[in-house]
Order: sequence, then C-alpha cells, then structure tokens
Amino acid sequence: MSSIHQELVNIVGEDYASNRREELFTYSKDLGTSQPLWPEYVVAPKTTDELQAVVRLANETKTPIVPLGGGMTLAGLALPQQGGVIIDLKRMDKILEVNEQGRYMVVEAGISHGKITSYLKKNHPNLMHSEPGAPPAATVGGNLAIHGQGDLAHPYGFNTDMVNGLEVVLPTGDIARFGSCAVGSGWYTMHPLPDIGLFLGWNGATGIITKVSLKLYPCKKFRENNMFVVENEEFVPDVLFEISHLGMAEDLIATSSEIPPMMNRLHYISIINTGDSEEELEFKRHMTFDVQLAKYIRNGVGGIVSLYDERSRPQVSKSADWKKGGGFEYVGAIVPVSFYPECYRRGSEISGRHFIPYTVLGRVIGSCHSMMFSWSYAFNRADDATVKHARDALHETDELVMELNGTIWKPAIFGQKLMLERMDPGALRLMKEVKKILDPNGIMNPGNWEVD
Amino acid sequence: MNLMEYKYKDMIHRCFRCGYCKFPTDWSDITNCPPYARFRLESYSTGGRLWLIRAWLNGELEWSPNLANIVYSCVGCKNCVEKCPHSFNDDVVNMIIAAKTAMVDEGKIPKAVGEFLTNVQLHGNPYGMAAKRREDWMEGLNLEPYKGQEFLFYVGCEGSYDTRAQGAARATAKLLQQAGVSFGVLGSQEISDGNEVEMMGEDALLEDLAKKNIKMFTELGVKKIITLSPHSYNVFKNRYPDFGGEFQIYHHSQILANLLKKGLIKAPEQADARITFHDPCFLGRWNEEYSAPRKVLAAIPGAAFAEMGRNKKGALCCGGGAGNFYTDFLGGSEDSPARIRAREADEAKANILAVACPNCLTMLEDAVKVEGLEDKIKVRDISEILTA
Repeated sequence: MSSIHQELVNIVGEDYASNRREELFTYSKDLGTSQPLWPEYVVAPKTTDELQAVVRLANETKTPIVPLGGGMTLAGLALPQQGGVIIDLKRMDKILEVNEQGRYMVVEAGISHGKITSYLKKNHPNLMHSEPGAPPAATVGGNLAIHGQGDLAHPYGFNTDMVNGLEVVLPTGDIARFGSCAVGSGWYTMHPLPDIGLFLGWNGATGIITKVSLKLYPCKKFRENNMFVVENEEFVPDVLFEISHLGMAEDLIATSSEIPPMMNRLHYISIINTGDSEEELEFKRHMTFDVQLAKYIRNGVGGIVSLYDERSRPQVSKSADWKKGGGFEYVGAIVPVSFYPECYRRGSEISGRHFIPYTVLGRVIGSCHSMMFSWSYAFNRADDATVKHARDALHETDELVMELNGTIWKPAIFGQKLMLERMDPGALRLMKEVKKILDPNGIMNPGNWEVD
Repeated sequence: MNLMEYKYKDMIHRCFRCGYCKFPTDWSDITNCPPYARFRLESYSTGGRLWLIRAWLNGELEWSPNLANIVYSCVGCKNCVEKCPHSFNDDVVNMIIAAKTAMVDEGKIPKAVGEFLTNVQLHGNPYGMAAKRREDWMEGLNLEPYKGQEFLFYVGCEGSYDTRAQGAARATAKLLQQAGVSFGVLGSQEISDGNEVEMMGEDALLEDLAKKNIKMFTELGVKKIITLSPHSYNVFKNRYPDFGGEFQIYHHSQILANLLKKGLIKAPEQADARITFHDPCFLGRWNEEYSAPRKVLAAIPGAAFAEMGRNKKGALCCGGGAGNFYTDFLGGSEDSPARIRAREADEAKANILAVACPNCLTMLEDAVKVEGLEDKIKVRDISEILTA
C-alpha cells in the first residue's frame, strides 16, 4: 500500500479511498469521446474537514487533484490529465439552510440537482432553482465550475449568476468564503463586497467549491410547454426576441434535429409558460401567440404545434442511444441569438460529413443577451470508427465556434487551447498570475485552463 | 458459459452512466442503489458496474476478487430498472445477473457466494443446516403436512431456519389456522426455492431446484401456494413456469388482506402504534404488489400509518437481496442500506417498522439494534402485528 493511499485511508476511511484498478477504471472514463486517463487514487470525502486534509496532503506531496461532481460535462473535464487523485464530492450533499422569504438555500456543493428539485418540491413548493438540462445526478458545484445554465436561464441568466455566497477550499487546504457569509451576515448576497470571483468557471483549477448559497425563484403552480415552429431558420432569432420582449417565459429553447423526421429541417421553439392560475396562463398564451407571434401565424410562416403540454424532466441520456450506440457528446457555445441560423446550417453540414444525424439546440440566456447553442454528435460506444467521427466533428465544431467569434462553453482541452490562443493578452497574463498565486504547486486539475 | 457467449454483449455498451439509476422515483436522494449508497464510489453504481462488466468482457480489465465483490454487491432490487430512461431498462439487472453467471461458470466467485451455493446444493438451504431442523419453527403449532389441502404454505429457508424469521412463519401459520384455511406444510421435505441462487448467477442450480420442487409439488397435488417470502413468490410465479411449474401463487400479505376483508381474522386494536411499511423489492418492484400489505396495516384499529419518504417503487432496498442477507457485501457501515432504512423509519416517527419479507425482517431488526433505535422502533412482519 502506497503511503499516499494510506494517508487517504486515514482521512476518509478505508471504504472511501481506493487505488484498486476496478475503482480507478470508472474514473478513468468520461461519458463522451475523451480517451481514458487514469488517476492513481480516488477518494470520497464526507466533510469539509476531510476535504481540506486531502487537499493539504496533495499540496505537500505535489500530487495532482481533480474534483469531480456528477461527471456530466461529457468533455472530459474531470479526467486526470496528469494522474493523481480524483476527489469525488458527491458525499458532500447536505442541504444546510433554506431561507424561504430571502429566497435562497445553502447547500454542500456535491449535492445533486435532482435532490434539490425534489426537496424544494416537497418542502417549499413555491420555490425553485435553475436545474441544468443534464441528468439529475449533475451536482451544484460541478455546474458552477463550468458556468452552467439551467431552466431559468432566460429570466435570470447563468447559474453562476444565481450565487449568493461561496465557500471554497483553496489549494493550500485553507478555506475562504465569499459574499455576505464572509462577514458573518448570512448567505443572502454576493454583493457589495470587492469582486474576488476566482472560482466559477475554472473547472476546479483554482479551488474546490464546498458550500454554495443558491438563489431561489418563485415556482408557479402550473407549468406548460407551448411549442411554436418555423421552417426558415432565419426567423428564429426574431421569434425569440419577440417572446423575450414579454419577459414572461420561464424557459425558451429552439431545437432542430434530423431524427425524428417530423423535426428535420424545422425549428421548434419551446416556450415554457407558468402561472398560478388558468387566467394567468391564458393571458401569457394570448400575449405570446395572438400578439407577439401573430405576424408569423398570419403570414403562414410559423405555427403553433402544441399547447398545454406538461414539461417533463430532461432525459438527455436518451440522445445517447441513437442506433443503440450508447454515446453522445456535444459542443456548447455561448453566442449571440442572431447566430442561430449560421450555427444551425454549419452544424448540420459538419454532422453530414460525419454521417451523424444533426441535433442542435439553442437556449436563450437572459433577455436574448446570448444563447447557449449546442451541436450534439451521437456515436456507438462499441464502434471506434463512429467514436472517431464524433470526436472529429466536435473538434471541427470547436473551430467553427472560433470562426464565428463565439465562445466555447465548458470546452474540452482541445477547445480550451483554441480559446487561450485567442485570449486577450492582458486577461491571459492575469489568469496565469492568479493560478500561480493560488496554486503554486500546480496541483489543481492540471491541464485545465492552463496558460503556458 | 464462455465470456464470448455473454447474452448481453450487444447491449451492455448502451449504458450511458447517466446516473438516473441512483435515484428513487421522487429524485429525493442519489442513494437509492443499495451498493452505491453503501460505498459511494462510481464503480458501485449500476452504470459503473455495467461499464466494469463490459471492460471485463472486452479484456480491458482482468477478473479480480474486487471485481467479483463489486458485481456481487448488486442486490437485484431493480431500482435501476425502474429509473433507467432507456428502452433496454428491463434488462439492466439481467445484464448484471448474466455477469454473475459468467463468474460462476468460470469458478471465479467470492468465497461467501461459493459457500451459499454449496450449502444450497448440499443441504437445500444456504445455512448448511440439516433438513430436519426445517421443522423447528413449527413446534407446538400442530400443523399438518401437505396432503391435498387447498394451499401449500411454503415457508422458505429464512422462515424455517432463521430464529427471527421463524416468528413471522409462526404468526402466519397461526392466522391461517384461525381463519380456518385449509393448508399444509412440507416440513423437512421443503428445499430452497432457488430465487437467490438465480440472482447469484447459478442458473443450473436454479433449474435443478425448480425441477425438484415442481416434481414434489406435482406429486403431492399442489395447486395453490402461499409463500412467506416475496423471494419465493417471485421465483414460483415468474420462473417456475419456464420449467413447467404452473401453480397459483399467493404472497402471505395477499392472503391476509383477503382474510381480513372477509372477516375471517380480525386485527387487534393498537392505539399507540404508528406504523411505517418497508416495501420488499421482490414483492414491490419485481411484482408490483404494493397494496396488499398496506391493506393489512390499514385494517388495524387505532394504528396510525406513515409512509417513509422513499416508498413503493421508490423504496430503498434493505440490502438483503440476491443472497446479501448471507454474503453481507453491504454490511458494516452506517451507510449500509438497512441502517439508512432504520433511520428513515425513525424520521417517519414510526414505532413499528412493518415488513412483509423474512429477509427484510432480519436485516432491519439488526439495523435497528445497531442504530440504537430498538427502544423506539420494533420491526415486525405484518403477520406478527396481526397476532400481537
């Protein structure tokens, strides 16, 4: 037994630290197309104290550490680029506080989004948080580490815009708190203290998020998915702009996909309307379709597909099983809404070149301030040729995003390099300095957002 | 079975490891897969296990004792089947059982599994106890051997041998007697039903047991069987027909609910009782029987009933399925599923944790003791509550 392994066992107990090949195997594999990369250890701390001890050990021994939440990025962001210790944070999953009137909750960062949704539904049905379009096992900390968005992106922005406070374990093992909790005033705001936001969107390369105060939002009693369709992709940005003018929808997503055939070359716009009464919903339907989108319906270039549909939990993993292949990965980009037509056309061309039916989606962030546009590529996990096609398509798409002057969201290492090549030199220097100051031994998820 | 003959080799790569299988129906916790709840490393989740099995089949990983332990830590509770969003979800547990079969065929199984299977093979029960001891539970009950009565009361190995589970067998027999039900028992002639044997991948032994039992039942003229254990209920109902055994199978909860409805037995008043019910996987998720035990409990005058947060299709397994009540791959921790379940019963403010399975009875009784809750919570089979 190696000494590091023994130290890890001493910290978390024998059941939650392993250097056995069978446990490491699972952590060496991402769900997407990334090649396997093996850690030397995996550890699952239960408390912040345990986590601090693990990080201190890593810092002293200069052992790389990779924090892992739900492992749902599909981009290999929690694969150990340089070996070391995977820190599986999902045991740190307590709900610590819900402040109903203040509309926030404090949670340990390893908690799953599914658990939060369930807890609020049961105990605070008038409150909700922004759940990402990922499987429910995705964790709060993991999502913040990649600047995730969720089903409240249209009214309230990125999930990282919905943070009222953070606790972070630094690469030294010390703890730092940010927001009002840092001055002992509870966890109700990130402002108005000086901005030292160095941890969101860093893939854990600067510290490990351990506690989060999440903003909560009014949860209406009724929720329905109203679907509008246009054939001409050029109309999509304006349709989204018109709907966003109302400021009524809870979520706004445009999708198009080759399969099923009814979706092929059509653009479906999902408008999630909510209300506490039928009157409220009826008013929103009226304003959406009879007023804002009336011109499309009148001119015969857009139509209502369905009304009143119940919104179901996203089942992203079903996309993986096209032709019973069991795999998919996507590139997400944050782009202006006006990019939708070009992103769609170019993306479907890339799919065609790689014999993969195209699947694209754009979720509006804010009042059409931007959108998360994704290109998904399915593959057969048992067929290396299809995996290679998907991987090549992903790389081409990363390059497309750069060509279009978009910003790759949660880029894999390949995409991170493309982004860093283009980065403003001043920002690049600052990133390098920040990383050097916080993590002088370079132990934190090395290889991620690494400036040469 | 040669590894190349693994039945699901064209399917197993389809698991995306999305993690839906870790949740209960209401998404309230990520710990509804018993081994994952216990160990919290991805290798112990259903997805992790399926990816490991595939790696073993592909030659990416060698077999190891640790691999076998991980595969055998699956208790076959079917939570993953319930939650997997894919079209192949019905086969998720079957893929794991098939991997166990491959290990059995290669003789590469954990020691405790080997002991279990050997005992069943040699003695007809997993405890390795003598057949004549099967009658211990009957002492003083004046039960008749089966000789053409309307029902055979099949007690099963746990109810026959385990001193705690014997209480449930005795209570059930007394209730059947009180109601005037025409039934008989097999006594020392009874042998294992084979359910756990199959869940452990020993399908040849299942076939052997099934054929022996079917022959015996048929020769005795058995038409209707009441089982104490949902595990027996499951294998008699769903697997014995594959071997030519067609009988009418009833779980004791179904019989007791019917006897109460007809007024043939009466539940005693229990004004201070606050009861919660733990759904057995082989009655619930495997056979979708959620109402019969609840009907029994609803018939108890004065008793209050409170569901635990995870119930019915979303219930957390006690961790005793697929032979784990014997092999105990999930024991020894505050995160052992039975201990989690005991704490959940406490959170429901129950003073009686009702069960309808002898495995659950023994697993949860032990867990309540280890949790220090024995002064607050009594674990009782539904039959024991009716005879209190």
